[in-house]
Amino acid sequence: MPQRPEPVLLANVGKPDSWTLRVYEQTGGYQALRKAVKEMTPVQVIDVVKASGLRGRGGAGFPTGLKWTFLPKDHPGPIYMCINADESEPGTFNNRILMEDDPHQVIEGIILSCYATRATTAYLYLRYEYPLCWDRLQAAIDECYAKNYLGKNILGSDFSLDIFLHRGAAAYICGEETGLIESLEGKRAWPRIKPPFPAVEGAFRKPTVVNNIETVACVKHIVGRGADWFKSMGVPPDPTNPRDAGSYGPKLYCLSGHVNRPGCYEAPLGITCRELIDEFGGGVWKGRKGKAAIPGGISMGLLAEQEFDTPLDFNALGKVGCMGLGTAAVVVMDESTSMVDFLYNSCRFFQHESCGQCTPCREGTAWSLRMLERIRHGNGRLRDLDLLLEIGDTIGIIPGTTICGLADGAAWPIKNAIRKFREEFENYIKNTNPTGYMVTEPVPALVQLAAH
Amino acid sequence: MSATVEKILTEEMVAEITALFPRYPTKQAVVLPALHVVNDQLRHVPLEAIVEIAQLLDLAPSQVQDTLSFYGMFKQDRPHGKVRAWVCRSISCMLRGGEEVLEHMCHQAGVRPGETTNDGNLTIEFAECLGACEYAPCMLEGKNLHRNLTKETAENFVKETMS
Ligand SMILES: Cc1cc2nc3c(=O)[nH]c(=O)nc-3n(C[C@H](O)[C@H](O)[C@H](O)COP(=O)(O)O)c2cc1C
Ligand code: SF4
Ligand code: FES
Repeated sequence: MPQRPEPVLLANVGKPDSWTLRVYEQTGGYQALRKAVKEMTPVQVIDVVKASGLRGRGGAGFPTGLKWTFLPKDHPGPIYMCINADESEPGTFNNRILMEDDPHQVIEGIILSCYATRATTAYLYLRYEYPLCWDRLQAAIDECYAKNYLGKNILGSDFSLDIFLHRGAAAYICGEETGLIESLEGKRAWPRIKPPFPAVEGAFRKPTVVNNIETVACVKHIVGRGADWFKSMGVPPDPTNPRDAGSYGPKLYCLSGHVNRPGCYEAPLGITCRELIDEFGGGVWKGRKGKAAIPGGISMGLLAEQEFDTPLDFNALGKVGCMGLGTAAVVVMDESTSMVDFLYNSCRFFQHESCGQCTPCREGTAWSLRMLERIRHGNGRLRDLDLLLEIGDTIGIIPGTTICGLADGAAWPIKNAIRKFREEFENYIKNTNPTGYMVTEPVPALVQLAAH
Repeated sequence: MSATVEKILTEEMVAEITALFPRYPTKQAVVLPALHVVNDQLRHVPLEAIVEIAQLLDLAPSQVQDTLSFYGMFKQDRPHGKVRAWVCRSISCMLRGGEEVLEHMCHQAGVRPGETTNDGNLTIEFAECLGACEYAPCMLEGKNLHRNLTKETAENFVKETMS
């Protein structure tokens, strides 16, 4: 096994009482905050984050420092920070680990991010399904107010900040940044048409930054250890891709499915899927061979076993037909897994979670689910596969037919599963429905008419 | 004639809800927190409570109802069971038998996902990824996460809850 750097984001995880201020301070906690408010201006904090090359860990990989500079200059305020802890992407649980086991690391990151962006209120939008995170975060926030890491004039500076927890109610779309904002405002979580972008007009129509939990945890270490440390890990920009900004820093990878040791592991960006499975996951379970893996949450598509040597960074996954790195949550499927079942599960998820306001997404996800149901029940026809691909290629932001990226997330597993495993789908259909004949249900209204 | 209508929201609930006002620049932002306050106490949010929440927040009842009905969380016609168990059916759990566990539990309890047993003790729900995939298949019950479920452990859970 090659030498991997010591974990940083997970350094405290597993220690006794790792969630308490006492333990956190023993390991250098809140020193970065002290340094920032005493020695650095907000602009200097933005600059070091920009120099580090940090890209958002919530799925889209947008450069964090750059996003912060989109806030209007000299705005009278208030500016809001929304911390995205909705984490509902199937396969993903790294934010949960950070919040449960090291909430102060997250909070220090939030305070620093608010200092940089001059936000005076942060809302942490936490999914309902994380009750332990709620308790630990609230206790940690209370500890911070008592020590003046939060509240008025933090550590004697003129910077003041409140952090409020806000509980979600079981809806994946609340993770989309404008869906989150609508939900926070007390409405149904219908994503907004952009522009205006949240940086200009976000929560309560004020400038707003939305950042992921792991992103702000990285900010803490960048301020503490410097941009060069962060840049010493990862992958530089791909010269053949002018839109790649490189993939720097440590990353949390969630590993689950058919592996011997599922869990959340820290490694530099650029580790390959195979290294992750073998070195950290202890290999595919039951001595079986791998067949496929989702590389970054279910919405990112599918890797076939031959593609397991692809680096898990922001650039490389696009080269093998996946949407991207997503949340770096790898779900492994062994050779006994049916791709029909996989795709059915994926289509069912997106159909259930579509917010319904864009027709291509609402109808496309429902239609693909109905077809997968039909195929699974032995009534599939070969031409269903082309129809599914057509749906996959026509819904989403990337062909430009929907408001948010949920539809892309629904499309990628369809495109990848059928293109990469077409033979298996064809065989399934041929074996279960050799004549290609479709049993149609009689339409109840017509049956009644005929009876008259 | 003015009928005295029994209030659904207790004074404690109202106090808990109004205490949240200073956190947000609008009262509408308190909709979800308020729904949670009521749901935590009553295990559902009846229509009458919607009207009272709307009054508190200076909204039309339809606005509150619109928000409520969007989320998978809140029941209206009758309370969910004393125990509400969310069994994950998403990909990592499915790969390790989550769907079978869910089906087995529903069969045993005689309900479909989302329904409550006749004794009112148990509601079984399907969940989309609980964010605990390393313990697949898993189930969230109140604040407890049940890890690495098997048919046997799930069966015991249902048995204990229903008796
Ligand atoms: C359907 C959908 C669901 C999303 N869910 C999450 C989520 O649970 N957590 C998250 O941080 N970002 C999620 N995102 C991405 C956010 O919209 C946003 O890009 C991110 O929170 C920005 O934070 P970052 O720049 O720190 O990555 C989701 C996006 C989409 C389209
Ligand atoms: S793409 Fe789908 S989830 Fe996103 S806004 Fe449109 S309908 Fe809603
Ligand atoms: S897939 Fe079941 S907890 Fe994530």
